[in-house]
Amino acid sequence: MIQKKILSASVSSATALSAFFILAIVAVVMGNIIIEGSSTITWEFLTGKPTEGMTQGGIFPAIFGTFLLVVIMSIIGVPIGTITAIYLTEYANQRSPFARLIRFAVNTLAGIPAIVFGLFGLGFFIQFVGSSMDKALMPAGQLRWGQPNILWASLTMAILTLPVVIVSVEEALKSVPRELREASLALGATKFETIWKIVLPNSLAGMLTGGILAVSRGAGEVAPILFTGAAYFLPKLPNSLSDQFMELGYHIYIMSTQSPDVEATRGIQYATTLVLLVLTFALNFSAIFLRYRVRKNMAH
Amino acid sequence: MPQNQLKKKFRLGEVIAEKVVTIVAFFSLAMITLIFVFVFRETLPIFYGADAEASSVPAQIEQQETYGGEGVQEVAMQSKTSSHDTEGIASIDNLTGTTWQPVSGKPKFGIVPLVLGSLKVSLIAVLFAVPIAILAALFTSSFAPKWAKELMKPAIEILAGIPSVVIGFFALIVLASLIQNIFGYQYRLNAFVGGVALSFAVIPIIYSITEDAISRVPGSLTEASLALGASKWETAIYVVLPAATPGIFAAVLLGIGRAFGETMIVLMATGNAAMLSASLFEPVRTMSATIGAEMAEVVFGETHYNVLFLIGSILFLFTFVLNAIAELFVRQRMMKKFQGI
Repeated sequence: MIQKKILSASVSSATALSAFFILAIVAVVMGNIIIEGSSTITWEFLTGKPTEGMTQGGIFPAIFGTFLLVVIMSIIGVPIGTITAIYLTEYANQRSPFARLIRFAVNTLAGIPAIVFGLFGLGFFIQFVGSSMDKALMPAGQLRWGQPNILWASLTMAILTLPVVIVSVEEALKSVPRELREASLALGATKFETIWKIVLPNSLAGMLTGGILAVSRGAGEVAPILFTGAAYFLPKLPNSLSDQFMELGYHIYIMSTQSPDVEATRGIQYATTLVLLVLTFALNFSAIFLRYRVRKNMAH
Repeated sequence: MPQNQLKKKFRLGEVIAEKVVTIVAFFSLAMITLIFVFVFRETLPIFYGADAEASSVPAQIEQQETYGGEGVQEVAMQSKTSSHDTEGIASIDNLTGTTWQPVSGKPKFGIVPLVLGSLKVSLIAVLFAVPIAILAALFTSSFAPKWAKELMKPAIEILAGIPSVVIGFFALIVLASLIQNIFGYQYRLNAFVGGVALSFAVIPIIYSITEDAISRVPGSLTEASLALGASKWETAIYVVLPAATPGIFAAVLLGIGRAFGETMIVLMATGNAAMLSASLFEPVRTMSATIGAEMAEVVFGETHYNVLFLIGSILFLFTFVLNAIAELFVRQRMMKKFQGI
């Protein structure tokens, strides 16, 4: 009996300890970055350009670049993801090989390492599409599209975040009650009318969730843009799709590993990290909140 | 559609809408195909340009095969005409070497230290993450009071939401010094630091899938166990865990896949020296970090460029196979296991 009691206590305390360990990791990582980062963040830091060889000044170009990246990414990725989700939930026969194949493709896409997306962006968008565009559009020998830029980085990121959008929108579409669809069809509406006027408006929150989660993921990933468009330092903001751009995550990576005096810019590194964290978590929390509402709707 | 039988009317708009939706849905599939084609395409020059040395070492070709399983490789090797090109060419001999020195007078593209580096760091990460994540998932499902459950959910969401570059940054600045102070070894950044940091990214995956698998264990099983007089922990260890095993196995596989493919954390925290060493506390260079660090500086079309794509292909295939196994395992085994109950 005593032996059993000891075993019982050790099992439950081992599990509790593990759970506590996870909480501790979260608390220490977040706490460290919030405490160290908040002391450097000022209005000038958020709105200024890097100066003095990036050892002083702000990170506005990186914030702007991140913003631009996720906007272009969303413009491409969210419609495609939403329509794919509509196909999978509304049109596809769940048992048909084509639908299964697409589901398999989405799952596979979700499992590919981010760095492989970067290679794809380089091999396909830059070396294949971009170079072909240059041959067709530019005077001989001139490079415009066949090199890293914000368009190719955004497209690469759009493909990477596609599964996020598809899964969220699918969940939202499934949460629309069947009775609504049937009532609409019974009143004489066509299938497309039903989807357009009944299903989609009722799943707006879910679509928004998908978009937000994709943006949050896109803002946080650095590996795919390492060689598809991100730049170390640019004197001016990108003003065309064929320009390179600065990005928050890339900025953190470069500043903490490649800059000549890493110690001197510690404050900037922490502050940039905090900005990125706040950005992704603001997005994540709004997505969690929206998803919570979607699930509540589904329960009713 | 039965309702169309009442009034068979050809509606052009409907047909177009359905066609458009179907075509767009095809996009994901097209992208997977393109990723396959374009990542592998850039590796081909290695094998078409392979030199004569290669044909004399068939054993090593086979070894190479088991890593990638690329049929292309073998075909390329067999149909190859022996062109004598020595400098800067990645022969199979060169590729299976133990030295990675891509930028030098006589470049060496031995990917063995990189593959072993990836395995080493992933193994450390998984060994660290698996017990913690599984025990914590067991805690929330079987032992935790309500407030602790409510606390774990957002904590895991937060951990999963931290961008990997932020974890890498934290490891580089805080974790590396912390662990060095504890163990007092020479190199500040090494495989162990990278592995521990990587486990931060792997824990949420293993935890979530394990928790999901545990929650799918039928309530009748746990109730029967408790009714027979088993205590809470006996039920957890002897009933819940075994019943959830396929899901937990899938969780571990997906965790390994994530660890193997993760780039930014290992790029920032492992020290990035391509050396063969059995020590945990020596710097190491992984496959993903090699691509991340070197691709930006490489010249398009060079052997180095192609070898980096080859490394990417191996990463891709490895994670692809892991994910496929994990998925099969969850679906089929779970089904079989619970169909009888």
